[in-house]
Amino acid sequence: MKLTIERAALLKSLTHVQSVVERRNTIPILSNVLIEADGASLSLTATDMDLTVIDKIAAEVSQPGATTAPAHTLYDIVRKLPEGAQVEIEAGGDDARLKLQAGRSVFTLATLPREDFPATSGDDLPQSFTLQAGELKTLIDRTRFAISTEETRYYLNGIFLHAAQSNSLPVLRAVATDGHRLARVEMPLPDAAKDMPGVIVPRKTVSELRRLVEGVDDPVELALSETKIRFAFGPTVLTSKLIDGTFPDYERVIPAGNDKVLEVDCKSFAEAVDRVSTISSEKSRAVKMAVNNGALTLSANSPENGTAVEELEIDYDGAGIEIGFNSRYLLDIAQQIEGEAAQFTMADPASPTIVREVADSSALYVLMPMRV
Amino acid sequence: MPDRAIPGRAIPGLCRDCLETYPEPPTKEARPRRCPACDSPRLVWHPDLDRLSLAHIDCDAFYASVEKRDRPELRDKPVIVGGGQRGVVSAACYVARMYGVHSAMPMFKALKACPDAVVIRPDMAKYAEVGRTIRERMLELTPLVEPLSIDEAFLDLSGTEALHHGWPARSLARLVRDIERELDLTASVGLSYNKFFAKIASDLDKPRGFAVLGFDAATSFLANQPVGIIWGVGKSLRASLAREGITLVRHLLPYSEAELVGHYGRIGQRLYHFARGQDDRGVNPRSPAKSISSETTFNRDISAAEPLLERLWPLCETVARRLKKAGLAGASVQLKLKTADFRQISRSRRLGAPTQLAEELYRTAQPLLEQETDGRSFRLIGIGAADLVAAERADLPDLLDPERTKRAQVERAIDQVRAKLGDQAILKGRGLHLHKGAPSKGTQRGNS
Repeated sequence: MKLTIERAALLKSLTHVQSVVERRNTIPILSNVLIEADGASLSLTATDMDLTVIDKIAAEVSQPGATTAPAHTLYDIVRKLPEGAQVEIEAGGDDARLKLQAGRSVFTLATLPREDFPATSGDDLPQSFTLQAGELKTLIDRTRFAISTEETRYYLNGIFLHAAQSNSLPVLRAVATDGHRLARVEMPLPDAAKDMPGVIVPRKTVSELRRLVEGVDDPVELALSETKIRFAFGPTVLTSKLIDGTFPDYERVIPAGNDKVLEVDCKSFAEAVDRVSTISSEKSRAVKMAVNNGALTLSANSPENGTAVEELEIDYDGAGIEIGFNSRYLLDIAQQIEGEAAQFTMADPASPTIVREVADSSALYVLMPMRV
Repeated sequence: MPDRAIPGRAIPGLCRDCLETYPEPPTKEARPRRCPACDSPRLVWHPDLDRLSLAHIDCDAFYASVEKRDRPELRDKPVIVGGGQRGVVSAACYVARMYGVHSAMPMFKALKACPDAVVIRPDMAKYAEVGRTIRERMLELTPLVEPLSIDEAFLDLSGTEALHHGWPARSLARLVRDIERELDLTASVGLSYNKFFAKIASDLDKPRGFAVLGFDAATSFLANQPVGIIWGVGKSLRASLAREGITLVRHLLPYSEAELVGHYGRIGQRLYHFARGQDDRGVNPRSPAKSISSETTFNRDISAAEPLLERLWPLCETVARRLKKAGLAGASVQLKLKTADFRQISRSRRLGAPTQLAEELYRTAQPLLEQETDGRSFRLIGIGAADLVAAERADLPDLLDPERTKRAQVERAIDQVRAKLGDQAILKGRGLHLHKGAPSKGTQRGNS
């Protein structure tokens, strides 16, 4: 194998794949990136056995071939090469080493045979449809913060993506919950997705995917079966196993009878929560909301730090209520609300509260209160 | 790393009895065997003695020494502190050690080795009290005291020379001398430039020791030690290192950090740096408990899940009680089992949210236990709560599992009744069988 490629293009591609590779690996081959040169392109593949990312870039290939080399080392080398450098990669000699040359820098790296690299099965993925990159970003951003890390309820360790009905319209929904908060966001269901099975996309896949689609405007092709999902956009393909479990019936935890409706200006609310929470102890992060006619009082206190109180003017004529929340959870949600106004729908200080954007009904959040 | 000892430089010394210090030997040729001031033979000479400031202090056979101190008639007898016929040795005095008894040894083996030993049930409250007194004395020397257990601690005395009018070595010698004079207990000091060597040093000259590992200890001392000397290298890692031909610390030196990490995981970093005597861990005075656990050794081995679960429940209650008392909650649960042939099995599971409830500990451990009950016989079971956090965010109501919320309410109600009427006033059905017969014997409880 022998090829020449511009440093920036190689770095971009390595950046795409290398973060899949775990820093510590018991299986040596999984520390490596698969490098394949063919025709006029170079293809890089990294996998952790559950998640595989392939990235293709144009390169000047003078001799096709394939090998594998340590991903993080290769990435670190290319990162440190001077801008604009032409990188020459050569492998396949007798010594099973990869030679990388740029200007006066020469590196030789230990390789492992291409045959040892786990093959990504060309599984049959019967369902496929297309989303705009922006839509996919929204589905992820508005739910990922609620993904659980609990090991017992492993089926909560991802985003549940499925087709559903909302006001008798078919929608594609993303849901995540850790038992303390729940995030549900939906968008019109692409026709081609109407028979898709409900799938749980693992946390690591979500974060790799989100990283990869940053700055991408192309449409994203999704293909999936009950056990695997593939996202393809531009030269990049991410294939991942799905979480093998049943997502709980989340609809029943979304309360229907909450009657105390409070509207706040989202920006000033978030700023006030942020300010007040400076005082709430890192241990509890609790912020109390006291709602009365015309005023919302946010307060926090900690035995070590002191107290904080801030009043916000509001439009509210229901019965008074005092309710506590984890300030970080409030801020997580506020961050995802783009419009001016957010609406809290509460029942009592011990029952789940619904938060949503007034102008946009596509996202809904449920928040469990705290004792304060 | 600080500068190394300069060859040909004077070797300073210290008398551990009269605390006289010698910037260099009184005569150029030889260091005296006895202190010129008080004639004591307990002299320490070391090139770096006047510059080292990190110490590990470890009381000698602590539990046993406390017992002997309080019961002078036992002074010359072999004394073992430990519990139950199937329990283990918590501490053995130096007389008992001559018979081959050591701590963590099963009691039956210890008694076989030393049938005349006087066995004393541990009185943890008493040891904790003595331990506190000793710690207060350490804190008079430096605020940087990091306790490792009730009878040992790291001390960082850097920058205390002016305050204590002398080298850290001298302050340490005075500390153990005073402990010995006033509390009638002996301790050993390990003095070096980092925690790794200080801990090793305190073990070199036990009991009543004072060992110094200087700035050249990595090459002069460590290289030819067995790899097991590295903290964290246990039986299984030692075995896998041995398969690569690595039995001595110097065998690690040719490997790069990346190679060691690649082969052995995270501990590879420690192997790499410790093998070079590099340890940049600071002395952290507020190193809080990392886990709270409780375990019990059975009188007879058990292999079936159900009786194991019966034993597990009261341990969960003990751990929960201690978590609640300390205002802590565990974000993960650890199950420990020891098989009849002394293999230890540890399984842990991370929780969605921290808990301090016996019920959640039990429910988390149950499936872990059931996975292990495959016919093997077990002699010990233990449960621990780890990744401890403050209890404020523990056991919050769960959206998806209203039962969890109810169980929390039930347990809190039980706690309230017990607070008023005593622990036996109310029991969960799961705990009832234990009260048909005698309460289980041979329970070992300890912080880890």
